[in-house]
Amino acid sequence: MSATFIGMPGNFPKNAEKAVQDSQLRFNLRKATHTIRDKRAEVVGELPDWGELRAAGKAIKDDVLHNLDRYLIQLEEAVTRAGGTVHWARDAAEANRIVTDLVKATGETEVVKVKSMATQEIGLNEALAAHGIAAYETDLAELIVQLGDDFPSHILVPAIHRNRSEIREIFLDKMPGVSRDLTDDPPALTEAARLHLRDRFLRSKVAISGANFMVAETGTLVVLESEGNGRMCLSLPETLISVVGIEKLLPSWRDLEVFLQLLPRSSTGERMNPYTSMWTGAVEGQEFHLVLLDNGRTDVLADEVGRQALRCIRCSACLNVCPVYERAGGHAYGSVYPGPIGAILTPQLRGMTTDLDASLPFASSLCGACYDVCPVAIDIPEVLVDLRAKAPHAAAERAAMKVAGWVLDDHERLATAQRAATRLRRFVPKKGLPGPMSAWTDTRDVPEIPEESFRDWWERAGRSASAEER
Amino acid sequence: MRVALFITCVNDTLFPGTGKAVVSLLRRLGCDVDFPAAQTCCGQMHVNTGYRTEGTRLARHFTEVFAGYDAVVAPSGSCAAMVREQYPKLARPGSRGAAAIAEVAPKVYELSEFLIDVLKTEDVGAYFPHRVTYHPTCHSLRGLRLGDRPLRLLQNVRGLELVPLPGAEECCGFGGTFAVKNPAVSAAMGADKTRAIQDTGAEVLCAADNSCLMHIGGTLRRQKTGVRTMHLAEILASTEED
Amino acid sequence: MASGMSAREEILAKVRAAVAGAPTVEIPRGYRTRRQVDDLVGLFAERVGDYRAIVRVVPSAELGATIDACVHGRRMVVPDGFGRDGGWDDLDTADGVMTHCAVAIAETGTIVLDHGPGQGTRAQTLVPDYHLCVVLADQIVPGVPEAVERLDPSRPLTWISGPSATSDIELNRVEGVHGPRTLEVLIST
Repeated sequence: MSATFIGMPGNFPKNAEKAVQDSQLRFNLRKATHTIRDKRAEVVGELPDWGELRAAGKAIKDDVLHNLDRYLIQLEEAVTRAGGTVHWARDAAEANRIVTDLVKATGETEVVKVKSMATQEIGLNEALAAHGIAAYETDLAELIVQLGDDFPSHILVPAIHRNRSEIREIFLDKMPGVSRDLTDDPPALTEAARLHLRDRFLRSKVAISGANFMVAETGTLVVLESEGNGRMCLSLPETLISVVGIEKLLPSWRDLEVFLQLLPRSSTGERMNPYTSMWTGAVEGQEFHLVLLDNGRTDVLADEVGRQALRCIRCSACLNVCPVYERAGGHAYGSVYPGPIGAILTPQLRGMTTDLDASLPFASSLCGACYDVCPVAIDIPEVLVDLRAKAPHAAAERAAMKVAGWVLDDHERLATAQRAATRLRRFVPKKGLPGPMSAWTDTRDVPEIPEESFRDWWERAGRSASAEER
Repeated sequence: MRVALFITCVNDTLFPGTGKAVVSLLRRLGCDVDFPAAQTCCGQMHVNTGYRTEGTRLARHFTEVFAGYDAVVAPSGSCAAMVREQYPKLARPGSRGAAAIAEVAPKVYELSEFLIDVLKTEDVGAYFPHRVTYHPTCHSLRGLRLGDRPLRLLQNVRGLELVPLPGAEECCGFGGTFAVKNPAVSAAMGADKTRAIQDTGAEVLCAADNSCLMHIGGTLRRQKTGVRTMHLAEILASTEED
Repeated sequence: MASGMSAREEILAKVRAAVAGAPTVEIPRGYRTRRQVDDLVGLFAERVGDYRAIVRVVPSAELGATIDACVHGRRMVVPDGFGRDGGWDDLDTADGVMTHCAVAIAETGTIVLDHGPGQGTRAQTLVPDYHLCVVLADQIVPGVPEAVERLDPSRPLTWISGPSATSDIELNRVEGVHGPRTLEVLIST
């Protein structure tokens, strides 16, 4: 059973400090993120109308959010009309209870799962286990994470932190009946997973999924995937239960023409992912339940700046370009949502009451690469800065920032402070500064303090100086 | 042309040479440079660290000091981006503050923008016979969208050999208070950046932001690489007489 | 919130409170909805091929013979409405399945099944390891918007772009996980 992030100790800087020293992790992440970011850039570059698609995607999602009540009701009617049953869950506990009861009603004790962020967010596997129901992840990366009793570290590629030899070890250790001759060749590892899951797919009676999109107009649910495990789970079992965040809506069928271009290219860096399944209500004799999940989303919606995070379509392009994610890895974020989007989503969904959650808005250099690649134009730096204003600050930092503000409020005070620094310039060491400033000097020299500030030079000589007179 | 210099607090205090270079360069190009003495800081550090009250106060001060100028030139992509991109988000829509920001913000230029877009010059008559690589800095690149403006200016400097920096668009890891709040990741990013710089074989790393150069340069010096850092203004101000 | 409110009522009430006064959003649709492609068959074939699927352009007169050659020696599932007799019924032991499609997209190299006549059930097109799909040239549209417009949302839909694949191990693309490991597309002109 994979572990849950909830209640994880530590904070981002501490977690990241360990991660940056892990050479294997650094190597794995660098290779993977650079590969996928190049692929994305290539297929996005192919479309002359990417900017227009992005603008449409942003606006469609904003329309969804601003009229969410109306679209949710429309969706519920459409799904019900098509033979599905719609359930509503205020929080994780309620969603887990609904799903557990639905599975129990089938009499089954095993379910297969399609990779889903929402069910990870609510810790569904653990909740089912507590009721004697075993949930089997079927996505290859999720399987690696689950067998390794590990945490996912990426939205799209949850086992991105593992390399082939580590995966081979996990399979040899935890996969029943696997050949002892298993090599670390990716096709061989993939074949082992195929054989491991084949029977389970054919005999499972209940499947649990999420969804990438729900179309309010038609009641259609959409799942994008690559391996075919999604198709297996969505079409073979007798009962399908989908747990989906309330923000995953699109208003109309037509809107898929935008998102089926934005998502695959941003996510896997392909013109189209291998498989996309769409279904409306109960099809081919299947029983279908849709669980609509709030779990903090309506609180995020109430924040005028922060609500843009709910436009997210979980493509993970922001993770793949983020220099911080590339070096710290996904686990440092302590959430199923790592990377830049996690840094704005997690503190909004969970609040900033723990040390970890309060540190997330600061887990960014505000370089803006995430905003540039976001297919729905979430201004992640803007939300980070907004959250930083709401985050708790240490007393010493508050005091220092107040003093700095006071000095900078007035140019005379600033000049006085500069002259004091100038007088002390010979006593400021290049390295080994005390206290919090050691965070700078541990790895960087301190710049030399000049003999005179610019403003003093200007007063003394600059105002009247000719170009040559320096 | 009468131009106000916004020196920025970091340059004022730690890198006066950059300010002198801007003054020298703009005068050489025929501008009348004014330095409004009441200026202090754009407020970026406060706003981006979560101290909006202090930051907003500094922004208000900035709009008062620089009201009435035709052009305000800053030798910092980051501070210019703060004024142009972030100031409008600080004031309540329709307020007096919002009007003041709308008046001043569009007149604030980063140095290379001012040279190319306003003075319409790509050749500033500079001479700098060294091998140079250029780091575009995030707020210049993705905030102001400076594009290749600084490179066009450098390409016209006589004697200068410009070598491309691999992974140039990646952040160096400075990020303001990020550098001390997340020192491990910041240092890891800085290490990768300095490795890329050294691989170019350049003598000089140039950028349009001294704050990023302070971080990269501090790392280069600690590692005893012998690569020095120079602000774009300092290279552009250099002439054969120097 | 008042106690005793259903989850549905409570969530909807919170949504309404959260977005009260939020502005109406205009959706700019400046992207391409009709694209000009001179050689639809050529582009589609090229893009399907990029996924390492097998693709062949076949004049309609030779289609039957080509299918015969493709399926020779294989236990093939033949769905109702495909227009061919015989076929293997047991999915577990079948070697492959042959289908038509509802629409095909040139720009992305995608075939879409709506599981209507000749296209099989979702299980039939999934469990066998080899999928032979016959695409008629006039079913090919230039891009995604043109395909979405042609499809019926009330039907189950399966969009297929190449064989089953994963990139979960070091971002290395490996073809063939749970879905058909071989996809062969015959474009009938």
